[in-house]
Amino acid sequence: MSTTLRFFRFASPAAFYPLAGKLVPWFAAIAAILAATALYLGMLRAPTDATQGDAYRIIFIHVPAAWMSMLLYVVMAFWAAIGWAFNARLASIVARAIAPTGAMFTFLALWTGALWGKPTWGTWWVWDARLTSELILLFLYAGYIALVSAIDDTRRADRAGALLAIVGSVNVPIIYFSVIWWNTLHQGASVSVTAAPKMASVMLLAMLLMTLAFWAYAFAVIFVRTRAIALERDNHAAWATDAVARAPVRQGASS
Amino acid sequence: MSGTFAVLVARDLRLAARRRVDVVLPIAFFTVAVSLFPLGVGPEPQTLRQIAPGVVWVAALLAAMLSVTQLYAADHADGSLEQMLLVPGARISIALAKAVSHWLLTGLPLAVAAPVFGLLFDMSPPAIGSLVAGLVLGTPVLSLLGGLGAALTLGLRSGAVLLILIIVPLCIPAIIFGAGAVAAVESGLSARGHYSLLGALLIFTAVLAPMATGAALRIATE
Amino acid sequence: MTGDQAPNANPPGDAVLTVRALECRRGNRVLFAPISFDVAAGSIVWIRGANGQGKTTLLRTLAGLAAPAAGELAWAGAPEIAPRPLYLAHANALKEDLTVAESLRFLLHLAGHHVDGGDVDGALERFGMTSRKDAFVRTLSQGQRRRVALARLAAQRELLPWLLDEPFDALDAAGVELLAGVIAQHARRGGAVVLTSHLPLPIDEPAPAIVALHEPAFA
Repeated sequence: MSTTLRFFRFASPAAFYPLAGKLVPWFAAIAAILAATALYLGMLRAPTDATQGDAYRIIFIHVPAAWMSMLLYVVMAFWAAIGWAFNARLASIVARAIAPTGAMFTFLALWTGALWGKPTWGTWWVWDARLTSELILLFLYAGYIALVSAIDDTRRADRAGALLAIVGSVNVPIIYFSVIWWNTLHQGASVSVTAAPKMASVMLLAMLLMTLAFWAYAFAVIFVRTRAIALERDNHAAWATDAVARAPVRQGASS
Repeated sequence: MSGTFAVLVARDLRLAARRRVDVVLPIAFFTVAVSLFPLGVGPEPQTLRQIAPGVVWVAALLAAMLSVTQLYAADHADGSLEQMLLVPGARISIALAKAVSHWLLTGLPLAVAAPVFGLLFDMSPPAIGSLVAGLVLGTPVLSLLGGLGAALTLGLRSGAVLLILIIVPLCIPAIIFGAGAVAAVESGLSARGHYSLLGALLIFTAVLAPMATGAALRIATE
Repeated sequence: MTGDQAPNANPPGDAVLTVRALECRRGNRVLFAPISFDVAAGSIVWIRGANGQGKTTLLRTLAGLAAPAAGELAWAGAPEIAPRPLYLAHANALKEDLTVAESLRFLLHLAGHHVDGGDVDGALERFGMTSRKDAFVRTLSQGQRRRVALARLAAQRELLPWLLDEPFDALDAAGVELLAGVIAQHARRGGAVVLTSHLPLPIDEPAPAIVALHEPAFA
């Protein structure tokens, strides 16, 4: 019990705040380096595709963004559930901090999907299974954010959000299956309009690196947001007033 | 607590009988919404026949969602919900009873009224049949999910619009399978697969949604 | 029911409810300093405090509708056999579109009573609402609705603990006297009553024990 207690020491917002503050610059640096490497490999070193030309290169952003959007939703639901089950305030805060980033990746995936579709197939949008599922995932994020924002009582908001995120997670496989069903029905052959070209190892490496870059970026941004929310919620607590007092004052900042 | 379930459904039906206009409103909305589409899309029978299942299903979804906020709002306001929640172990019965009452008053009438709209859209009799069958299987799913949304948004200002945003993505499978059944029948294929999927969806939702709704009620009233 | 003591009631003096260091929260605010008290069978406990101090929240917590922020409360007996308290909120829980009899019958059904017409009639008569038995609730005045809500107390056969939130509100002088009599009788029979009231309680026997809620000490 004592070793687990030591780990859970960071489960309080007060203890998490300084630790996260130290880690954020590292994550940001890792994200920048990995992203630069991935873009170099993807844009300059990966071979041109026979059918799609250079337009396919958007895949190096589109696919990692899509992966992140799906992964972050599940992670968000997980931490929200932990916060609800164990009354762990920090877990609930982290879940809320994840939501906007997850929504952003979803939006990025949709946008890059559109950019991919235009030169390849001539239209800005296609209702294929993957893009449609991403769109529905965006609605799920929007629903979560709207619900927690609409409830003033933070405890009720955290718990209602957790329930909604869990229900959403359970439904995601069902929704995905139904969208594939819908797509094959109406298109006949189940060819994804934006099918990825055959993977050279360079391409795979670039996508992987980009995914890791997105991960590091997500950590950095979510930590920053978590710190901000923790400060807000505990604004009367001693640790919070200390932290604000110690924060460097920016030049020309209005007080 | 089956006693709670029966007593609640009976009470809700009796209350609805005393406010018949309120019961008719969702049906009226449904009629208006469905009739708007030919006006927007054009009267060409071929087009109308093609969009009919989708239009009917989406209108049914919206009609259900608009009336579902009232499921809990009135009871919450006059303190009845609190008294219901005092009964030990009643939360799931309450959720189930509310969903059943809502379906009997909104979903079932919609399914019964659907053939009229099928004719308006020049659908063939087999297509109309599969539309009604799909609605009978799918509208309970909408009521169950709508109840969850109503419990989550209990007492909030944003009300129905927030509920629609939250719940509609979860209802998409029902729309796909329900409208797909009609499309299958119209192309001469069997809709059996669609009905099975709808049935499975209904069972899955009927088992899990009341539990989630019960939890949502506790979260909202604690 | 004849005699002052109902069967299987707790002997007077036995604690029906034990509350230790209880704290309640509304939103992010702790409402009052931790309180501890016992509710003995046959006693009346009067919760007092300023507006917004948390009297209603406390009653809801005792009723089991909300979890306490800290501390514990324990009803006498194992959870399976301990009788659930009867909680009458400030709101009447009556549906406007039902008749008085239908509303009352619904509430009694919810509580698990096997209700027959006689129970409802007897309860309404005790609170002087027999003449409006088949009237729609929406035609009643606030005071009359209060009487109908309170009629549940008279329909009780079991000796449940009562949790009453501002039960005297909206009642006229006759109603106040009526309710005071019903509460006192319940206590005499060995039941327990926990209630809140802004106005002085018109009950002398048994004398109510006062539990006061205070501002929480600054954390």
